[in-house]
Amino acid sequence: MIAEVVAPGALLSARSLALHFGRIAALRDVDMDIWPGEVLAIVGESGSGKTTLLNVLSGTLSPDCGSVACRNAGGVVANVHSMPAPALRALHRSEWGFVQQDPRRNLRMNVSAGGNVGERLMAQGARHYGNIRAEAARWLETVEIDPSRIDDLPRTFSGGMLQRLQIARTLVTRPSLVFMDEPTGGLDVSVQARLLDLIRSLVARLHIAVVLVTHDIAVARLLADRIIVMQDGSVIETGLTDRVLDDAHHPYTQLLVSSVLTA
Amino acid sequence: MEGYNFAYLDEQTKRMIRRAILKAVAVPGHQVPFGSREMPLPYGWGTGGIQVTASILGADDTLKVIDQGADDTTNAVSIRRFFARTAGVRTTTHTAEATVIQTRHRVPETPLRQDQIIVYQVPQPEPLSRLEPSRVQTRIMHALGEYGLMHVKLYEDFARYGQVSISYDYPVMVNGRHLMAPSPIPAFDNPKLDRMPALQLFGAGREKRIYAVPPFTSVRSLDFDDHPFHAIRAPHACGLCGATDSYLDEVVADDRGRRLFVCSDTDHCAMRREAGHVGADSLPEAAE
Amino acid sequence: MSTVALRAEALCKDFVLHLQGGLRIPVLSEIGLSVHAGECVALAGPSGAGKSTLMRSLYGNYRTDAGRILVRHRDEMVDIAAADPRTVIAVRRETLGYVSQFLRAVPRVAARDVVAEVLIARSAAESEARGRASELLLRLNIPPRLHGLPPATFSGGEQQRVNLARGFIGGHPILLLDEPTASLDTANASVVAEMILEAKARSTAIVGIFHDLDIRDRVADRLFHVSPIQEAA
Repeated sequence: MIAEVVAPGALLSARSLALHFGRIAALRDVDMDIWPGEVLAIVGESGSGKTTLLNVLSGTLSPDCGSVACRNAGGVVANVHSMPAPALRALHRSEWGFVQQDPRRNLRMNVSAGGNVGERLMAQGARHYGNIRAEAARWLETVEIDPSRIDDLPRTFSGGMLQRLQIARTLVTRPSLVFMDEPTGGLDVSVQARLLDLIRSLVARLHIAVVLVTHDIAVARLLADRIIVMQDGSVIETGLTDRVLDDAHHPYTQLLVSSVLTA
Repeated sequence: MEGYNFAYLDEQTKRMIRRAILKAVAVPGHQVPFGSREMPLPYGWGTGGIQVTASILGADDTLKVIDQGADDTTNAVSIRRFFARTAGVRTTTHTAEATVIQTRHRVPETPLRQDQIIVYQVPQPEPLSRLEPSRVQTRIMHALGEYGLMHVKLYEDFARYGQVSISYDYPVMVNGRHLMAPSPIPAFDNPKLDRMPALQLFGAGREKRIYAVPPFTSVRSLDFDDHPFHAIRAPHACGLCGATDSYLDEVVADDRGRRLFVCSDTDHCAMRREAGHVGADSLPEAAE
Repeated sequence: MSTVALRAEALCKDFVLHLQGGLRIPVLSEIGLSVHAGECVALAGPSGAGKSTLMRSLYGNYRTDAGRILVRHRDEMVDIAAADPRTVIAVRRETLGYVSQFLRAVPRVAARDVVAEVLIARSAAESEARGRASELLLRLNIPPRLHGLPPATFSGGEQQRVNLARGFIGGHPILLLDEPTASLDTANASVVAEMILEAKARSTAIVGIFHDLDIRDRVADRLFHVSPIQEAA
C-alpha cells in the first residue's frame, strides 16, 4: 500500500484511492495525475467525493486504500501520507498551496494584509523587514489589491478582496502546485468573473499546476485543461475539458452538462 | 527547622524537580512540565521560582533574593527569610557573594560567574500565548520549530508603530532552536542572557513548567536584519549614584510629585555609592 | 508533391443520447480525408450531414469511436484520436488551429487580449503580442476603440471577427474553419478570404466549411463530400 510511483514528469499521482466514512464510500478506486502547469478540474455534485479527493491528495485526509505520491522540485519522490508531518507541513508552506472556499479559514483576520502575505516568507526564514514588506506589496498589486492597503486588517476587506488576499498569501512562495476548493463559491457573479480571470492569468504566467474542485461546470470550462467528473465517489469520465463537456459519453456527464443554466 | 525537610520540599519532590531541570538543561529553552506542589504562598507570588531554588539549594550555598532588582521589597524579604528558616543557608544582598540568586523580573547589573545559578520567577512560560491561544497548537509549533507567527507579530509592530512594542518578556531564540519567554525582565536585560557564564533556570508554578539556559548558550532577541534589537533604558543617570548604564526605576520622591530616577538594582547602586560615586539627587544619609 | 499535413482514416462516430433513452445516432462512417500543406479542402454536404462533427473530431473536441486522425506535429504524425489530453493541448497550441462558428470568450477580457493570448501562451512578449493582435483586429475592421473592450457586448459579426483574429494570429500550420464568414458582410468576408489565401501561400493546410459559395470557390482547392448516414426524418 505504501507506494511511491509518480507518473513520468508528473507532480502528483494517485492510485486506487478508496475511503469510507462509516458505511458511506466517499472514494472508490480513484486514480489521477497532475503535470506541471496544467489545470485539472474535479467536478461533481454534492456528495460526489470531490472535496474528499482534494483533501486526500493534499495529505489532509488519509485514504483507507491506495496511495498518493508526489515529486518535489528536486525530483525526489515521496508518499504523501507516509512522509513525516514536518515535511508535509513544510511542503504546504513552500511548493504547495491550498486556496480554501472561505478565505477566512486561511487568513489571520487580526493581522494586516502585509503580515498575512509575508507570513509564509517569514516562516521560511525571511528576516529583512523592508524586503518582506516590498514583496508583500508586489503581490497585493499582482492580485489587484491596492498596495496602499498593506497595513489594513482583512476585516475591512470585501469577500472578493479576501479571496484575492488568500491567493496572494498562497502564491508568495511561488508554489508549483495549488489545490483550490471552490475558489469562487459564494461570491457575486461579477466578482467571480474578475477572480476567475485573475486565476487564469496567474496560472498561465507562473506556470502553476492547479487541482480545482468545483460544482460549477462553467468554471471548469473556463479554467481547466483536463476534467474529472465524479459521482458517488467514483470517477465516471475524464479527459480534455472541452471534449468531456462537448461530447459527454457517460449518462451522468450528459445530465450534468445539460443541466447548466445558460444566461 | 523542626518538622520540615531541608528547604521545605520533601526529597521525592526535589528529585522530580531536579529531573525536570536536567531535561530542561539538556534542551535549552524547551518547557518541561513538572508536578508543581502546593507552597505556603499562592500562585502568582513566585511558587515556581521557590520550588526550583528549594530543589537546588545545598547547605553551603549563599542565597540572594531580589524583586524588581531590590533586596528590600516585601516579597524579596519574605522569600529570603523563608529559605533562611527552612534551609538555614547563608543569605546576602551582594550579587558577587551569592551562589544562588532568585529573581523576579530583573537580572542583576553585576555580571554573573560560572559558579553561580540564577533562578527566574515566571508567570507565563509560553512565549506564543498571546498570539496562539491553543496550547496544543503552540506545542506543535515548538516541536516543529515553526515560529513564523512570532515574526508576524514583530512585523505588525513595525507596520503599526514603527518599532517593536514589546518592552518586557521580549521573546528570544535559545541555542538557535527554541523560542523562549525570558520572564518579564525588561528588554534591556535580554543581552545579559546571551552566553551568560551562570546557569539560568526558569520556574513557573501556576503553569507547571520549568525551562533552562545552560551556561554560555546563545540567546538572541528576535528582530529583523534591517531593524536589529537594541536595549532601551530611560535616558537619565541614577539620581543616587550617577550610573548611566544601569536600568532605572522612576520614583516619586515627595508629596509634591518630585520624581527621581534610581538604579533598579539596589546592590549595584549601593556598591557604586560605597565606591564614591555620587548622583545629582543624593539623599542625605539618613540614620539607618 | 507537398506533404500531408492532416490525414483522417476510417473515422466512425455515433452519438448516444442517454437522456433520450439511449438513442443512438450514427454520424460519421468510415470517413477518410487527406489534406496537404498549402491546400484548402472544403467540406460540402447538406445541413446535418456531419460536417461540423467531422471538423470537431479533427480538432479532438469530439471523440471518435474508431479510426485515426494523424496530424503532422513537429515532423511527426500524431494520432489525435488516441493521444492523451496533454499531447492534444500541445498540438493545438502549436500546430492545429480551430475557428468555431461562435466566439466563446472569457468574460471581462479585452478583445485585444483574447487574441494576444494565443501568442502569450507561446511565451511571446506581452506588448509585442498585443501589438500584433491590434493589427489583425484592424485588418478585420474592428475599430481601435473596441480593442480594449470585452467582446461580450459586440455585435455577432464583430464577435466572429475577434474569433477569426484569434484563429489566424497563431500562424498554425493546420487550420480548421467552421463557417468563417457566416455573419460577415461582403467586405469583411473578402478580407477573410484574403487571409485564407495568404495562409495557403504560407503552406498552411486548411479544412473549411463554407456556406458562402463565392468565398468557397475563391479559396477552396477541392471539395470533400460528407453525406448524411440517416435521411432526415
